Amino acid sequence: MPGMVSLTLAGFLTLGIMSFVYKDNPIYKFCESIFIGVSAGYYFVLIFYQSLLPQLTDKIGLTGALTDSALAYYRQSGSLASVQWFNLIAAVLGMMMLMRLLPKIGWISRWPLAFVIGSIAGLKLIGELQTNIMTQIQKSILPLWAPQYVDGSLSLAASIGQSLTNIVLVGGILTGVIYFFFSKEHKGVFGGAARVGIWFLMVTFGAAFGLTVMSRMSLLIARIDFLLRDWLHLLG
Amino acid sequence: MRKPLILFPLVFLFLFVFASAQTPPTPVDSLQAVDTPDDAGGQVDLTWKPSPDEGRAVSPVIGYQILAAPAADSTFVPIGTASAGATSVTAKDRLENGRPYYFKIRAYAMDSSYAESEVAGPVVPKGSWWNTKPAYLRIVIWMVFVVGFILYNIRKAGKKELYIRPIAGIDAIDEGIGRATEMGRPILFICGLGDAAQAATLAAFSVLGRVAQKTAQYQTRLIVPCYEPIVFTICQDIVKGAYLNAGRPEAYNEKDVFFVVYDQFPYVAAVNGIMLREKPATNFYLGQFYAESLMLAETGFEAGSIQIAGTDQLIQMSFFIVACDFTLIGEELFAASAYLSKEPEQVGSIKGQDWGKVIFAGLSILGVVSVLLDENLRVHFFGFFRKLMLNE
Repeated sequence: MPGMVSLTLAGFLTLGIMSFVYKDNPIYKFCESIFIGVSAGYYFVLIFYQSLLPQLTDKIGLTGALTDSALAYYRQSGSLASVQWFNLIAAVLGMMMLMRLLPKIGWISRWPLAFVIGSIAGLKLIGELQTNIMTQIQKSILPLWAPQYVDGSLSLAASIGQSLTNIVLVGGILTGVIYFFFSKEHKGVFGGAARVGIWFLMVTFGAAFGLTVMSRMSLLIARIDFLLRDWLHLLG
Repeated sequence: MRKPLILFPLVFLFLFVFASAQTPPTPVDSLQAVDTPDDAGGQVDLTWKPSPDEGRAVSPVIGYQILAAPAADSTFVPIGTASAGATSVTAKDRLENGRPYYFKIRAYAMDSSYAESEVAGPVVPKGSWWNTKPAYLRIVIWMVFVVGFILYNIRKAGKKELYIRPIAGIDAIDEGIGRATEMGRPILFICGLGDAAQAATLAAFSVLGRVAQKTAQYQTRLIVPCYEPIVFTICQDIVKGAYLNAGRPEAYNEKDVFFVVYDQFPYVAAVNGIMLREKPATNFYLGQFYAESLMLAETGFEAGSIQIAGTDQLIQMSFFIVACDFTLIGEELFAASAYLSKEPEQVGSIKGQDWGKVIFAGLSILGVVSVLLDENLRVHFFGFFRKLMLNE
């Protein structure tokens, strides 16, 4: 019986959200409010217990017994977890964020924002250089003539195929970079190369679009399957 | 004659018991544990000499279990595994910086018997300030180049106006604001689902400032529903500041810049509802977007809004191109904020990046030429380059 109630509720909410396809209506508004309210409550509890409490109270040694690892450490070593002072700095920054609730000293909240944006941007600089620029250059260094050997002898067809693949890849990368060059107007040969670049991009977007639409269709099918099979038992 | 017959089952029973008894393997030897160098902490490198029973005929060693404890005489708990043949592993689960740990390796045989090594430790995992691996030298070189170009161009942009080519989507921003003003309908601005440190979100902030200043001047309502709490606070500051700069602080309505929910699809449900109820004349989708991009853009289309999008997410760009009137593709979004603000820092950054692209293209061409050359020539002329770029 409880299973039936939850299934019916899930079915009703699914149809309520889907009713948006027809037009905005009171049932959609009701389901939307439930969706947002439940999600907000769920994430508050999740962040409070899985992030705020363990990171704040446990790691700075206030409790030493909130997370599983800290509890295990306490039981085995007989001592509290060592104080992680970095977490105390984070706690202070977090409290500074709340200062925006007090209009007179609201400017204090800009300091933790500056810290978050600056530090993450700095950290990402390294990651971007390493994964995007370095790896991209390495992967684009390909032979334009790539002989392929089948059973020890040169296969002309395979060689031409592989060489064409490499030429398209290197050409696509270079013309794509030219398209995103902002210091020069797209005119003449440079403009032509940029146009080729945008064609490469559009073909890529087309492929990505088709692929994602197919995955969305599978999501829709799964939801309809839930409605017809699990809820209404219309499918065997 | 009967004695041998009686002894036979006894001998058989003895052999059966002997064969089925578990024979623990020889434990691993010379276990050593050291804090992993050049890491962010929370990791310990373990090395050992494998059990000589890995290759034995009966019940060989099939794997190792990594055990850790905060004291040598306390209970060791499993924190990882290694397959037979392994002589090292980096333990990274459940280890925290600044705490001492002791380690043991448990060698498992096929018959489930096991043997534990001597205890190694204590080791205190800690993070390193500097990564001394040679691979990072290349990154440092790149960083010096890129940052150097950007700083040089920022300085140059401060002295004279630098050229940035026109981009169609950027000009449409002003058209969109004008349309909303003429129709007397609001503008909806969505900064995406990224956090405040994402490059796309930062670019969106810049455009938001520009849009807010214009809406303040034209007295057009600007609605900014936010997904991420920190992005929300920044958006509030930006819009408030823009209204102040435009000389209309009283027109700022803080209820129009609001936090919705930190969950993707409930956020989409809420924004879709806003679109159909408020009927905004222009929708901006600038920042990082994921699966919600098409849902938002399709609803905006249904609501009859003109739509301008910009993101650096490859998959989502395709949806925006299909469903929006103008799309800023990838780096065009970053250029947009520089183009609109004309601030030397931003224009200089775009110029510096353009220089970086020239070097990128040059190195790629150099690399392609180098792989076409004869091996000797390649080593002679491009040895340093290949060592630097390809780690050969």
